[in-house]
Amino acid sequence: MSFKKYFLVYSNFLQTSLASELEYKTNIIIDLITAILSLVGSVFLLSIFFQNNNQIGGWKFEEALIIQGIYTILNGITNTWFNPNLTEIVKHIREGTLDFVLLKPIDSQFFISLKKIAPSGFLEIMLGFCLLLYCAIINEININLSFLIFCLITLTCSICVLYSLWFFISTTTIWFVKTWNATEVLRSFLYIGRFPLTSFSYSLRIFFSIFIPIAFITSIPSKVFLGNSSIWEIILEILVCGIFLISSRKFWFFALKFYTSASS
Amino acid sequence: MMSNLNFYKLYTLLKVQYSNMLEYRVEIALWAISGIIPFFMLNIWTNNNLNELINISNVMLSRYFLSAFFVRQFSVVWVVFTFEEDALLGRVSPYLIQPLNPFFRYIAQHIAEQITRFPFALIIASFFFLFNPESRWMPNLIILFLSCIATFFSFLIQFLIQSIIACLCFWTEKASSIERLLFIPTLFLSGLLAPVISFPEYVKSWIYLTPFPYLIDFPANLLSGNETKIYAGFTMQVLWILILFPIFRKIWFEGTKKYTAMGS
Repeated sequence: MSFKKYFLVYSNFLQTSLASELEYKTNIIIDLITAILSLVGSVFLLSIFFQNNNQIGGWKFEEALIIQGIYTILNGITNTWFNPNLTEIVKHIREGTLDFVLLKPIDSQFFISLKKIAPSGFLEIMLGFCLLLYCAIINEININLSFLIFCLITLTCSICVLYSLWFFISTTTIWFVKTWNATEVLRSFLYIGRFPLTSFSYSLRIFFSIFIPIAFITSIPSKVFLGNSSIWEIILEILVCGIFLISSRKFWFFALKFYTSASS
Repeated sequence: MMSNLNFYKLYTLLKVQYSNMLEYRVEIALWAISGIIPFFMLNIWTNNNLNELINISNVMLSRYFLSAFFVRQFSVVWVVFTFEEDALLGRVSPYLIQPLNPFFRYIAQHIAEQITRFPFALIIASFFFLFNPESRWMPNLIILFLSCIATFFSFLIQFLIQSIIACLCFWTEKASSIERLLFIPTLFLSGLLAPVISFPEYVKSWIYLTPFPYLIDFPANLLSGNETKIYAGFTMQVLWILILFPIFRKIWFEGTKKYTAMGS
């Protein structure tokens, strides 16, 4: 019953936001070109690193492309769902419209996280999958069912971790009110996810495994894709994903206790 | 007389905007932090000994990336986003009646923001020196002065480009996606992520004719004491400003003729 209700609500969200986004058709074409150029740019940057080396941090160029592919998919997902919705929290809190969200007979986290959709991110997701397919061919990965299942599990987990991170940062708005660019800081840190984590110095590697878990966002899924990950890494990934999801939800309800609406 | 009056107006605008910016100190601090990508890039370069191949020592490269960070901090431009909002909400109309081009207002905003940003950038730099004591250096006054001018020119070039895009708002309403498109070559070709000298030959042959290397690479090389062609750099910067300024004038003139206030 409840599941059906949420499904119905979501399909309504989808329809309305798609309709409003498709108003700006040329924008979508420009966004497509942007996504392609951005991928070309980062492959170009990667090629500079590999100009005279054949490996960086133990990753060959062909293997490092996998990380690019996964990053592109995740970036597409960020642009489609996380960015348009979670930056809206700031607006809700500044203008006091969070009241209306909380009053609705529907889960507030669900409403806040999924209300909008930016279709131009789809193109990036597709671009990422195409790159991954290409990588599978040049790295001679044989695709079978268990490989696909493991990839799907880790990729889903990394999406959840990424979502929780965004949600965490956006939730802090309840105290700080104006944190448009806290998400911008997060974005610039996540930029590291384009490169193999092992190519950084030891201290940064620790930082990016614990505080901003890029290791769990792009590294482990890429290793699973390459087929050289151990089973404990996958288990750890699932564990971390669970912890992040639960704690970000707890944090949201904790933060709501401090919400005092506008002008009060 | 006329220029004196304009100077006075600009000074007043600057004062107003500076106090406005000081209101949002945390926000500006966060902006400053989100610009630390060059330091991560430095970590990849030195950790994998990639710099040996382009004949730059570790110390010189770390100075380069620190300078790139500084140049970026003081040449960030966001006028298109502000102008788009103003145009969409119809706030441009009252500005147009005033006997002052609204872009003076925006330029004052940017400069005020840079002044607010300065202490935060210094704090980040001092942290950098704390971790990399061997890269500490003090450029002589002439170089410092010249690189300030080069950075200001870089800011002007970007400001003019973005203003031209912003004026497209008079025709398309959503000009910021064009800006996002143009940001991609700026990001990858300006030298923020990798010094231009490390680029492959097929790129280096034409890149010095585009404005991109003069945005970050040239001022950063100048400031850090790396090898660069000072006269050629300044000439190209001035040349680009002289090319872009008449285009901006023209498009502004055409745009304001086309402009119809909100609701008409």
